Amino acid sequence: MAPSFDNLTEDNGTYDSEEEIDFSDLKEQYDVRLEQGLDAFVVVDGLPVVPEDSKPKLVKFLVKQLNKAGKVKEDGFFMPTNNKGMTEGYAFVEYQTPQQAIAATKQLHGTAIDKRHTFAINKITDVERYGREGRIDDEYQPPKIDDFTEKEHLRWWLGDPNSRDQFVMLRGDNVGVFWNKKKDPPENIVDRMHWTESHVQWSPLGTYLATMHARGVQLWGGPNWTRQTRFPHPMCNLIDFSPGETYITTWSFKPIEVSEDDPILSQEEDGKNYIIWDVATGRPLRSFQMHDLPTPPESENGQPVKKKVPWPAFKWSSDDKFVARMLEGQSISVYELPKMTLMDKTSIKIEGVMDFEWSPALPQRDSVKTYEQLFCFWTPEIGSNPAKVGLMSIPSKEIVRTRNLFNVTDAKLHWQSQGAYVCVKVDRHSKSKKSLATNLEIFRVREKGVPVEVVDSIKDTVINFAWEPKGDRFVLITTAEVVMTTAVPPKTAVSFFCPEKIKGAGVGNFKHIRTIEKKNSNAIYWSPKGRFVIVATVHSQQSFDLDFWDLDFEGEKPESDKDLTANLQLMNTGDHYGVTDVDWDPTGRYCVTSASVWKHTMENGYHLYDFKGELLREEHIEKFKQLSWRPRPLTLLSRDEQKTIRKNLREYSKDFEEQDRIEEDKEKGAIVEERRRVLSEWLAWREKEEEELKAERRELGLKEDVEEEEQADGEDGGGAVVEEIMEEVLDEVEEIA
Amino acid sequence: MRPILLQGHERSLTQIKYTKDGDILFSCAKDQVICAWFSANGERLGTYHGHQGALWTIDIDPSTTLLASGAADNTVRLWDIRTGKCIKVWDFNTAVKRVEFNDDGTKLLAVTEKRMGYLGTIVVLDVKVDVEAEQSDERSLVITCDESKATVAGWSYLSRYIIAGHEDGTVSQYDAKSGDLLINEPVHEDGGQVTDLQMSSDRTYFITASKDKTAKLISARDLTLLKTYPSDTPLNTAAITPKKPFVILGGGQAAMDVTTTSSRQGKFEARFYHKVFEDEIGRVKGHFGPLNTVAVDPLGRGYASGGEDGYVRVHAFDRGYFDFGYEVEREMGLVGKR
Repeated sequence: MAPSFDNLTEDNGTYDSEEEIDFSDLKEQYDVRLEQGLDAFVVVDGLPVVPEDSKPKLVKFLVKQLNKAGKVKEDGFFMPTNNKGMTEGYAFVEYQTPQQAIAATKQLHGTAIDKRHTFAINKITDVERYGREGRIDDEYQPPKIDDFTEKEHLRWWLGDPNSRDQFVMLRGDNVGVFWNKKKDPPENIVDRMHWTESHVQWSPLGTYLATMHARGVQLWGGPNWTRQTRFPHPMCNLIDFSPGETYITTWSFKPIEVSEDDPILSQEEDGKNYIIWDVATGRPLRSFQMHDLPTPPESENGQPVKKKVPWPAFKWSSDDKFVARMLEGQSISVYELPKMTLMDKTSIKIEGVMDFEWSPALPQRDSVKTYEQLFCFWTPEIGSNPAKVGLMSIPSKEIVRTRNLFNVTDAKLHWQSQGAYVCVKVDRHSKSKKSLATNLEIFRVREKGVPVEVVDSIKDTVINFAWEPKGDRFVLITTAEVVMTTAVPPKTAVSFFCPEKIKGAGVGNFKHIRTIEKKNSNAIYWSPKGRFVIVATVHSQQSFDLDFWDLDFEGEKPESDKDLTANLQLMNTGDHYGVTDVDWDPTGRYCVTSASVWKHTMENGYHLYDFKGELLREEHIEKFKQLSWRPRPLTLLSRDEQKTIRKNLREYSKDFEEQDRIEEDKEKGAIVEERRRVLSEWLAWREKEEEELKAERRELGLKEDVEEEEQADGEDGGGAVVEEIMEEVLDEVEEIA
Repeated sequence: MRPILLQGHERSLTQIKYTKDGDILFSCAKDQVICAWFSANGERLGTYHGHQGALWTIDIDPSTTLLASGAADNTVRLWDIRTGKCIKVWDFNTAVKRVEFNDDGTKLLAVTEKRMGYLGTIVVLDVKVDVEAEQSDERSLVITCDESKATVAGWSYLSRYIIAGHEDGTVSQYDAKSGDLLINEPVHEDGGQVTDLQMSSDRTYFITASKDKTAKLISARDLTLLKTYPSDTPLNTAAITPKKPFVILGGGQAAMDVTTTSSRQGKFEARFYHKVFEDEIGRVKGHFGPLNTVAVDPLGRGYASGGEDGYVRVHAFDRGYFDFGYEVEREMGLVGKR
């Protein structure tokens, strides 16, 4: 045995004086645990007790189990038997390396052997260390279970009597959450310095606020903004919640390095980039490495094109039951939750797959009664095979619909928010590959046989497309030619489409409503409730216009649009210098446009508009970074209840207007009162001051009131008019009679 | 109404002053020349030549007989307004950043720069308000600022105190007879240099402008803070309007940063605030550089601003200005009574 404090000789006389000092506590604390050659050993407990003759069978079975975590050394399995010829229910096992022994304790400890027995695996050194005499109480002490304490209500903010919405604002190093107060300055709820190290993010139903730190991600909630959960993913860059907030994906560019004594992460997570966590328990479900990005294709000038990391890499089905990741060009792996096991233990091979998107809502296909989720994917032309767009049903893996396409350069998949349509925006090149045009292939998912409607009337390239949420209209922006080299962005055109009116149920064919030419717009922001849409120019140096459109204008409808299910009207235009982001509040009542210091440093701050495009408020904030509305969960009202509300909207709005008026009057009254007070204070101060000045002047033997005297003088002779006569000869013409 | 643009200076303006009657306007700039203008039509009356360095400051005595000026050539000069003749030169060790006559014109204070081993001082000179008289060379009082140098200074009512604003954002009250420091109040943020200090017409209170982006209204008697006017840009100047309860603030991006910012960013506007309610009530655009100085007609008919861009803009207030008032003021009958 290597020398340690235990066997130091005590015959060194010079340290006599120190003998009295009791340093056993220090010794205990700093005792060096040297390699004892037992690191590869584990003690396996919890085994079945069997008679001698069936022992070899059990050993064989157990070794097989234990080899899952590593390799048990030959002759490395020792299970003692007692004098009655029975095994004792435990065994000593030697693995080939200490790492395997650690893996065994992490992976196999607590797993089931059979119905009645569970592995209890500990490193032998740990048994030594923790089981040493005196460290364990002979009597069993039940662990203390804290009394149940009620947690804060995580949806408290929905109970606001005025149904106001909250938003989080990040400026400088401060993170604050505010109530929207329309024209008035927002009411601060909480404000913390350095609450996050990069950005903040709400969970999709608004329950949690996620903050980013070098050590991981934290979720906050409740009226006191207490910490709810931590996800210790070191150097985490991005996060993505599942739609129902049950799970969260964290991603770091740097692979995770897990230390041995990490309380949450195991060796399993070492070297991984993605972790999928269970939000409720804060435990990792499964971790993944990044796919190697396909070798970047070289651009024309020989420089490799920088490829973006696809985000989100793990896409969630709308009900949190599946999560899928694509290996570009090869396959899609669908995992089933909550176990996070690969569905049917194999990835779905789709040769050449470029992109896929889940339906954002549970699909309701005609004559399909069983449960299914759908995703849409596309593959490019490979050899002589055409490009394909397909719809796949999960879990059956049945392809519901495919469509072949030719001359495809790129495709983008746009689902309508209820999963009723998926529009595939196909950029097609001409035979010479010189010019580009865009086709829209719209899959009508809910109709029998999933018919595809093609909109091919567009001559230009579509740079942006957006469905109306919960509706069946869409807006797109086209540009004639994308010239990369010029500094001036090309002019764009904004087009509106809607289905035409048909008799009976169903939705008619998509028809073009109107196109607005010669715009600079590049972004579309639909109100989350539909009907209203903002078409804006963002991230631009030259123009910053915001156009507020109404698609169900209540005024007169032009004759030409009588067959259309829309009445388009431009309600208002705005202008926000340097706008970078546009965000609707979850109710679609207000909209914030912001200029973030992340993008540029000019006039950072935000503007608040109502849905009509009326500017309610603008605020310039130095180092303004981010403003994000708190999402709301789905309404609890039934369809009928909502209908009733809509029907009686006039009466409600009467009440609300009355409330607004009272509020305004109250505020106005308060302001007027305050002003009155301030003004009379000032006047009193002036009077006192003037009196004192008069008194002091009297003392000095001066005239009391120079001011008034002179003023009188001034007014007598005052207002002297300076008259100026200007003569300017414009033209001189001499007429000869 | 369109402002009158005075294009007489070749470099950035440093100070503008109206005469007591408000009929003539004096301006000085870094181009070493003082100009006199008719405020009604912008016609130039004349210029005052003699300084050998950038002019920092001017003032006119209450009887409009004498003009005092301070410049980077380390002199204070006294001029005969009528003839433009220089009648007296006082030499100092460093540049003179501010001069001001007291309310009867018999005393002149001068603020000197801290430089080349000399501490900043506030000097009082006795002046005879007579162009023919021999002016005394003697400094009747010297206040040395050993804490933080004074950048601006002015006389209180009855010439009782000298009020000074300092580089570190504090404001001091000195006894004008003995020169004793009576009060030193940290009015502005530490390091928010006080850039301007203008007295109310009766000299019982004053306004300060500071680099800390605020202007403050302060009582001259005991330096109590009366009002604060926050803005979003460093301020160079602030003035109190007579007749109407407003203040005018001017500033903008620091001169050295101007070329790197667009005029949209620069905030080169004169801002009007309500003196009592502290609300911003309006802005006047026009300059394409920061505003260095703002002066108000003592009879309240208009104001003039001078910018880093080298122009003076003379504005006449229109009817809307005089009619403007808060409801509360109307109730008390304070609006309309001119």
